[in-house]
Order: sequence, then structure tokens, then C-alpha cells
Amino acid sequence: MSTYTPHTSAEIQAMLDVVGVKSLEQLYQGLESLFVKDMDLPAGKSQQEVARYFENLAAENKVFGSIFLGAGAYQHYIPPVVKSLLSREEFVTAYTPYQAEMSQGILQGIFEFQTMIAELTGMQVSNASLYDGSTALADGILMLGERKKNKVLVSEGIHPRSLEVVKTYLVPQGIQIEKIALDENGRTSLADLKAKLTPDVFAVAVAQPNFFGVIEDAAAIGEAVKAAGAGYIMQVEPFSCAMLKTPFACGADIAVGEGQPLGMPLSFGGPYLGFVGAREKLVRKLTGRIVGKTSDANGNDAYVLTLQAREQHIRREKAASSICSNQALCALTATIYMATAGKTGMKEVASQCVSKAHYLAAEMVKIPGFRLKYSAEFFNEFVTVTDTPADEIIRKCAEKNILAGLKLSGHEILWCATEVNTKADMDQLLAVLKEVK
Amino acid sequence: MKTIFEKSVPGKCAISLAPCDVPAYDLDASLLRETPLNLPEVSEVEVVRHYTALSKRAYGVDDGFYPLGSCTMKYNPKLNEEVAALPGFTGIHPLQCECTVQGALKAMHTLSRKLAAITGMDEVTLQPAAGAHGEYTALQLIRAYHLDRGDTGRDKIIVPDSAHGTNPASAAMNGYTVVNIPSAADGCVDLDALRSAVGPDTAALMLTNPNTVGIFDKNIAKIAQIVHDAGGLLYYDGANLNAIMGTIRPGDMGYDVVHLNLHKTFSTPHGGGGPGSGPVGCKAALAKYLPGPVVTEKDGKYHLTSVGGKSIGCVKTFYGNFLVMLRALAYIEVLGKEGIKLASQLAVLNANYMMARLKDKFPTYSSDICMHEFVVSCDKIKEEIGVTALDFAKAMIDRGMHPPTIYFPLIVHEALMFEPTETESKETLDWACDTVLDLVAEAYKDPAAFKQHPRKMPIGRPDEVTAARKPVLIYKA
Repeated sequence: MSTYTPHTSAEIQAMLDVVGVKSLEQLYQGLESLFVKDMDLPAGKSQQEVARYFENLAAENKVFGSIFLGAGAYQHYIPPVVKSLLSREEFVTAYTPYQAEMSQGILQGIFEFQTMIAELTGMQVSNASLYDGSTALADGILMLGERKKNKVLVSEGIHPRSLEVVKTYLVPQGIQIEKIALDENGRTSLADLKAKLTPDVFAVAVAQPNFFGVIEDAAAIGEAVKAAGAGYIMQVEPFSCAMLKTPFACGADIAVGEGQPLGMPLSFGGPYLGFVGAREKLVRKLTGRIVGKTSDANGNDAYVLTLQAREQHIRREKAASSICSNQALCALTATIYMATAGKTGMKEVASQCVSKAHYLAAEMVKIPGFRLKYSAEFFNEFVTVTDTPADEIIRKCAEKNILAGLKLSGHEILWCATEVNTKADMDQLLAVLKEVK
Repeated sequence: MKTIFEKSVPGKCAISLAPCDVPAYDLDASLLRETPLNLPEVSEVEVVRHYTALSKRAYGVDDGFYPLGSCTMKYNPKLNEEVAALPGFTGIHPLQCECTVQGALKAMHTLSRKLAAITGMDEVTLQPAAGAHGEYTALQLIRAYHLDRGDTGRDKIIVPDSAHGTNPASAAMNGYTVVNIPSAADGCVDLDALRSAVGPDTAALMLTNPNTVGIFDKNIAKIAQIVHDAGGLLYYDGANLNAIMGTIRPGDMGYDVVHLNLHKTFSTPHGGGGPGSGPVGCKAALAKYLPGPVVTEKDGKYHLTSVGGKSIGCVKTFYGNFLVMLRALAYIEVLGKEGIKLASQLAVLNANYMMARLKDKFPTYSSDICMHEFVVSCDKIKEEIGVTALDFAKAMIDRGMHPPTIYFPLIVHEALMFEPTETESKETLDWACDTVLDLVAEAYKDPAAFKQHPRKMPIGRPDEVTAARKPVLIYKA
């Protein structure tokens, strides 16, 4: 029996007496016709047994010695302070900070998060987090909605799963989605974009770097979008923001992204972190929680949940979204990570990602039968086309305890390198590739 | 307290990375960021002290009593944290071959089957990230169901005025028109209002049972019949499931689709506002619309299987908040069939015990037995001495307890909504009741002074009006 409830039998009896019923079952009197006949659940176990059960389950998973797979989930070094601080129970076991006076620590943490996201994206405002990078993109597109326009253009360089989520979110709103093709270099085609920028388009969405790792000419896209009078949203990878021209400088109205690289382990896809930065004019259209700075009667700095007139508990069906719980602890993780890495660490990680991915790509194309699919510059991911089937490459790598990149088609693989991949690991991968070629 | 930005000193850095062991590659200057990156520059010990100090300005379930109504702030078992931190779970990539993640898939499959058993549903998706995200997903299923049958005129969702705000907001996000119907004083559905609201344009009724006043709506069978006879579906808001687990199941009450909050009912921590997890369960007729992929089992092997052409698509990049699912599964494994039932029984007992001890001082909204939570009103006290629900909440903070939910449900004036949960001891409940009763005495003694709470916190009551009127959302040097 569980140890999670603290009552003794004598206490239960005393409490039943105060309530005026004879048994626990009698608390449900009058509802007997609804009682469950048979619930298919086994009996409870001790914590010791359950711990062993999970250790066995975990052992049925393979954690690869080196990982060259990204595609929306990235392995990065996580400093020990991040894990240590994140285990503080006050952060872990608190609810949404409704009572500001007893939640200043959480509120200030979110305020710092908002500031860091704004700094990273170059934007002027931000929020307390969204579910993940894909829902953030869907929310961002909806933020740009205009009453008389019903089309959004989405680059084919957007992560396919993000596109799926966007479709799920936009279709019930009667919004049409049209794709913009990539050019032969792997960048969003400016020609195709311009041809499709008709007056019914209210937003254009592009990923930076895109799903194939390619660095987009985001500023040129921004100019075209602005000339057509549409809104511009960029889905960005956070480390790339420390190095590349900011979304704000590229003319974006909104920057969203997946914050998992900022201190969150791979964890089979979640919990991750959606973030959003936006221009000030859009502040009242932001979805989710927002923290603002104010003061108390004595002039002390104070942080509160603010602009709540956008939210479901006040506006109900007129709210900007239904978000209640978001990813607060993940936002705090990213905050602590960025405080730890700081200005130089963020740039150093970005720079190592670029250098390592370029080393790996340069060495791969030296192998006969390997070539790069796209010629455009890339960040930490790139696509190879090989004579050997992708499945065989992935299988051979797995035999050597290496998680290869993502198979995109029969002979195409999307590879990723980060600061975690050492030269020795990469050379070992290259040796395997030489064998299978 | 200073922000981390104000503690920044140029040249400091707290991360210790291996030097780059490949030749440096420089991107073309035209691609590069031109604006400075003003992130904090602090040492490791300063990061640790700063965020430790922030943690001391927060309050979690481990700190004390947290009777926040509708939020089910039960104790978060430490075992859950331990299993979710196992490297075999945190170190796996969501896109690695399914043959290398059999343990993870087995855990997900097992959890979804157990949640189906607890709710009386046929199929469960674990993909939604939070309760409201689950609502959103469930409404997509409802929409797909009607459209797939060629029933295109169902564009209205009925929501009682006692409902959680997320219900109408999720409906609107799905393009539905929301029809609000009035509730009786005890929050129960007004059957006549429901009968006149339903029709050929009804997609669904969203209803939590027990309702937000903490009363079990005994008319549920009739309600289900009215909605179903009109061709609509019945949606269960799982926020209040903690009242009935193991005794009554939404599926047996006539509900077609349900969302759960693993971060409420199944003991996973709230993290100061997420990550949660909002699985959706449905009856077989809706299964083909579930978001994909789903985990299936065949001959002892687990697979990520796409749902097929009728799926609503997906609502998240990957499969959901996986580490949260593990915590919930650990909880269910420990409790088992009897423990799950007992947890809800004790949640109901605790609420009734508190209500019995407080009802002489506050009018309550359930005359006899409540479920896992109860609502009292400060209306009479406000009339007599001008002290409000907000004042009581702020006074409780000074006594070391988290206040209950205030001003909700909207149908009760000056509402205080207590949900003690089953993990609170009789001693804690006695202390909390003594404290609240003592605060009533304090309020009557000096109402003006009472309105000055809290006094013991790092800040007094913040100026929320200025915060919203002149928003300062980021730190500026």
C-alpha cells in the first residue's frame, strides 16, 4: 500500500465522525448505480519494486555512445549547476505563481527568461513559454492573423512535424496553408515566395536554420514579405541566434523556437520548451502567461503575472488561447543554462557547432560515394546523398554504438554535430562510413 | 532582489566546455549577428547563489499546505523524480529506431492502458502537453468525428457558466461558437437550460463532474442522454478526476471523450506552471481521429504506429512530455487498484472534514457532502466588515499556507475554493482550519489592519494595475 497518504485508521474514523458518515464508501452515497464494476488495474507495489521495474524498462532503451542525430532534438553539454538548481523543490513543486507575494522567485526567474529570449532574438517582448517549438510556431502564425486575409505561406524548410502541428491548429480556423519551395541550394526560394505573396497572405513562416541545416537569407525574405504587407515569423534554433543576424534585424515580427537545446536532455521528445519573442506592437496578442515588473506600496520591485486580460480565466471564449500550464520549469532550465553559459558560452557553443558540423561534412565528402545535397551555408546540420542506402549506413553505425543522422529518403541522411561530438567520435563515425560506402 | 543581469561583470563565465578540437570554421561575415548579445556574465557560484535565493522566494507542495482548488496540489513522490532521471530515459532521442527504445514505448503503452482503465475509455493519446492542450486536442477529435460523418452543421459547444475558463477558450480556438448555459446555485447543470440549448448545431457539451463547486452532478445520466439524443458528444474535463478515481469512471457515466491532467491527479509536479501532461481518452468511435503516432503492441514488441488518414494530425513535435508520463506511471504502479481508489476517497474525506470545520463561519455551496473540493463565500463577511476573499488569501500567506483558489467559480461571489487533496494529514487540516478560523476573528477585530496582509513576505501587495497599464516585460539596464 502506498505511503503517500498520511492517515491512520483511527484518524480516518475520527474524521468520518466529524463529517457524519459511517464509511469512506458512504461519501459517495446515492451514486451507487455509477460505481465501477471492474477496473482492470493490478495491485499496488512497493516503491522498491517500482524502482526496479523502471530500471529494467530504462535498460531496454539504447543510449548511444555518440549521437549525430538532431532534426528537432539536440544533444548538448548540460553543466552540473543546471541539474542541481533545477532539483530545488520550491521550483519543482510550486503551482503557477498566482500569489505573487509568495512566488517572487518563480516570477523573477520568468522575467529573466523573457529578457534572455528577447535578447537572443533581438525582439522587444516575450512570454513565460509555450508547449514546444511547433505549437509556438502555430500560436505565432495565429498572432499575425488579420480578419480579411486567410492564407499563410510556410517554407518547405520548416520541420515536417512543425508543419503538421501548424496544419492541425490552422485548419479549424479556416486558414489556408501554402508551401514555399526550396531552391536547389536548399534555401527558401525567393522567386517562389514572391510569386505566392498575394494580397490574401497574412503571414510567412521560415525556419532559421531550416530543417536541412541550411542558413536562410532571412533578411531578403523579410524585405519581400514586408513589401507585400504580410507578417513575418521565423522559427529559430537558439544557439544560432547567438551567432547569426537576429530575427529582429531580418525584419521578423515574431521569432519562435524550440528551447530544448538550452539545458534540456533529449528525453525521448519531452518535456521541451516553446519560446516566443515579438515586436512590441504585438504584445497584447501574445498567447500564454506573461510576467511584468511593477512595485509594491513600499516601492520594492515586484513581479506579477500581467496582461491577463488576454487569458482564458478572464476572457473565456474571447481569450488569445486556452493556455494555462505551460513549460515553466523548462523555461527556468533555459534561464539557468543561459546564465551559466552567458554571453561568451552561448557564442562558444554556437561556434563549436558550426566548426564541428563543417569538419564532419568536409571529411564525409572525401569518402567516395558521399556528397552534400545542398551547396548553401549551414549551421550544425547538413544533408548527404550517398550511393549506399541510408538504412545500411544507419544500421552499420548502430552496430558501432553510433546514432547516425535521420534518414530523409532512400539515400539521404540529415546529420548533426554539436560541441558534444569530439573529433575522435567523428573520426570513428567516418571510419564506419568508409567501410560501408 | 537584483536580477542576474545586474550581477553581470564583463569577462565572467560559468560554463566549462572542452576546447574545440577541430579547425575553427568561420561563417561569412554577412550572415553574422551585428547586435551585441547582452546575456549575463557571472561566475558559477554566483549563478548558484542567485537561483538558490530565488528558490527561497517560492513556495511548493514540499513547503506546506497548498489547497489550491481545481489544481490538485498533492504531494509529488520522490520516487517519480528518481525514475524520470534515469539515463536510459533522458538520453534517448525521439527519432532513434523503435527497436532501440522498447522500454520507453512499453512505458507509454502501459500508461495509456492504465489511464484507459481508470477513465473507462477505449483509447488514450499521451501527446498533449497540458490540460488545456488536452482540451484543445479532444475538441479536435469531436470536430473530426462530426465532419467525417458528413454532419457539418455542428458548430456550437455548450459550456456551463461554472466551467473552467480553458473550456470556452479551447472551444473558440477550434473555431466553435460557445453557448454558455446557466448553472443551478450548486453548479449543477440546469436541465431545462440544457434542453433548450441543444440542437442539430450542438457539437458537444463540456462538463466536469464533480463540478467546480465540488458537487457531483447526480443527473449525469440524463445529461448524457439529452446531449446524445441531440447528436452531440459529451466531453469530460478531467481537472476534477481526483474525486472519483476507482469508484466512478467518466466512460461509465456516458462521456465520449476525456482529458486528464497528469500534473494534478497523477502526482507529477507542476514546476511553477508546467511541464504538465494532458492525455486524452476516447471511446472507440473516436479512436481513428487521434493524433499520431500512437504506441501499439504486437507479440511483445512495441511500435509507433500512424493513426491513418482520419487522424487530426499532431499537436506536438514529438510524442508528448515523456518524462512526465514516467512519473505518472510510477505513481499508478505504486498505488495500484486499491490505492487509486483510496486516494480519491481520502481526497473526498479531507475536503469534507475541512468543510465541516469551516461551515459555521462561511456559507458553503453544498449542503451535505462535497467531493474533493468545496467552495465557501466571503460575501457575508465582506458585507459586514468589507474584508474580501483576496484579503483572506493574503492573510493566509502570512500564516505559512498557500491560499485556496479565489474568485472561482465565477458563479459564487467572493469565492474561496479549497482542495486539500488526500496527501494532507488530519494534523495539517486541523492546523489549517484553526488558522482560517483565527483569521476570521482577526479580520473582525481590525478589518483595516487585516487588509495590510501579507507583511512577512519579500514584497507587499504588488501594483497590478500599473503592471498591466505600462507593461515592463524585460530587464533594461
